[in-house]
Amino acid sequence: MKTLLNNFPLLNKKINGKELIYLDNAATSQKPQVVLDKLIEYYTEYNSNVHRGAHYMANKATEAFEAVRAKAKVFLGANAEKEIVFTSGTTHGINIISHGLAKIWLKAGDEIILSTMEHHSNIVPWQMAAEDSGAILKIIPLLENQQLNMQAYEQLLNEKTKIVTVVYVSNALGIINPVRDIIHLAHQYGALVVLDGAQSTAHFQIDVTALDTDFYVCSGHKILGPTGTGILYGKEKLLSLLPPLFGGGEMIREVSFAATTYNDSPYKFEAGTPNIGDIIALGTALDYLSTVGWETISHIENSLLSTATELMREIDSAILYGDVEDKVCLLSFNIDGIHPYDLGVLLDLEGIAIRTGHHCCQPLMHSLQIPGTCRASLSFYNTLEEIFRFYEVLRKIIPKLR
Amino acid sequence: MKCFAKLFLNSADMNTMERIEEEIVSEFAILDDPMYKYDYIIDLGKKLAPLPNQWKTDDNIVKGCQSTVWLHSEERDGRIYFEADSNTIITKGIIALLIRVLSAQPAGEIVAAPLTFIDRIGLRSHLSSQRSNGLNAMISKMKNDANNLSLHTK
Repeated sequence: MKTLLNNFPLLNKKINGKELIYLDNAATSQKPQVVLDKLIEYYTEYNSNVHRGAHYMANKATEAFEAVRAKAKVFLGANAEKEIVFTSGTTHGINIISHGLAKIWLKAGDEIILSTMEHHSNIVPWQMAAEDSGAILKIIPLLENQQLNMQAYEQLLNEKTKIVTVVYVSNALGIINPVRDIIHLAHQYGALVVLDGAQSTAHFQIDVTALDTDFYVCSGHKILGPTGTGILYGKEKLLSLLPPLFGGGEMIREVSFAATTYNDSPYKFEAGTPNIGDIIALGTALDYLSTVGWETISHIENSLLSTATELMREIDSAILYGDVEDKVCLLSFNIDGIHPYDLGVLLDLEGIAIRTGHHCCQPLMHSLQIPGTCRASLSFYNTLEEIFRFYEVLRKIIPKLR
Repeated sequence: MKCFAKLFLNSADMNTMERIEEEIVSEFAILDDPMYKYDYIIDLGKKLAPLPNQWKTDDNIVKGCQSTVWLHSEERDGRIYFEADSNTIITKGIIALLIRVLSAQPAGEIVAAPLTFIDRIGLRSHLSSQRSNGLNAMISKMKNDANNLSLHTK
């Protein structure tokens, strides 16, 4: 296991004179050396613009860039490369979809269903789409254990439901939502489904075709790739109908001052020079994940999660959120009587990086009636030793804050 | 920690703010591990005089990103007095330091105070940018309140 951690140069750093223990993987993952090497390789060997150059390096960059599209297609289980759009991240992807659907799919009185546990980036774009189209938002409530109330979801569905959008894995709770059922039910009413895959993509195999989701969006930086990269999957027919969010170079077929026609998907959605170097390095991240393999990743993460959960249960004053069977290796918790931020500051002084606060899920925190939680989000490159050290420190600092 | 208690000056009006700041800086100078600094701040937070509930109003809230601070300011005999509370203990400790420096001082001096001790005790380097913004918001509210109260009484 130690060998995997050693692939990530930053994880061998010291913070505040202490060994870094990075438990904020849900915010962003660390990058393996091969991804960093790829960035250097691109900028030192064939940095050039893609799709239009008439020279060796431009061709090489274009090939490398488009090869990532082919990898992403396989990685997400899509049917065609034209179903894969490169974005700057999940937020960008959602905005492309919400903006486009507001124009061609939504009309006044239509309903968009989303859930209480959505990240702000899967709430605000839909509020904007609702404002533009006159559609209204309907919210799936949670059960006592913070899972989605699927009965309530079924009751929300009706012939006015045009879009259902949910987070596959909650960033604030770690809960894996029953998206197969959500998609199946939504399709019975002719609604389109948008899955926010920001947190799911790092933890298990995604198969958009088997899921039959209409759209799937994720971020590259949470799956070992560089920041400023993301993937939007959309069914081919939908992407061909969806209007672009940005206009500019690359996304056109023909431009005149009288009228402009757009290029086909995916180029229609990739106006301007794309984030070439980072996307190429994202391809290396996808390769790295495939090499480690989902079986190994699941095996390590399940073992980390079960140990971490057991140790948390041994702390009497700990309150665990999202403590259900179907979840990724993430602990969202509070210590009774202690503000999460105080814990976060003291853990940081010991070199332990977690996140505290509302995790960009204020509606969720309101529904739980808490100001926020502490979130320790693990990855397959974390180790049991790190988990033990985390609890040793946690037990040491709790009494200080009482 | 006890040795610091006697350094709390009840008769702050006999001391300039600079002198109090110097005291704080020297107290923190002997705390060479960042954790000790925070232990001290937490201790100050625990000891901060409680804010009466009547002052925990929406108007008195200084909104930081993750913590809530209530600040009540009063003018008496040409000096401004501050009382405060927060839902996080570390923030309370930081407020305790600010109150120690700024409370019971003339409004004009409060408004002009450069508050160099914050950087000198190495506090800001351990604060996230969000909390640093919260600290700035707290200082701004103290200075604004001092200014408004002094204008009001004039």
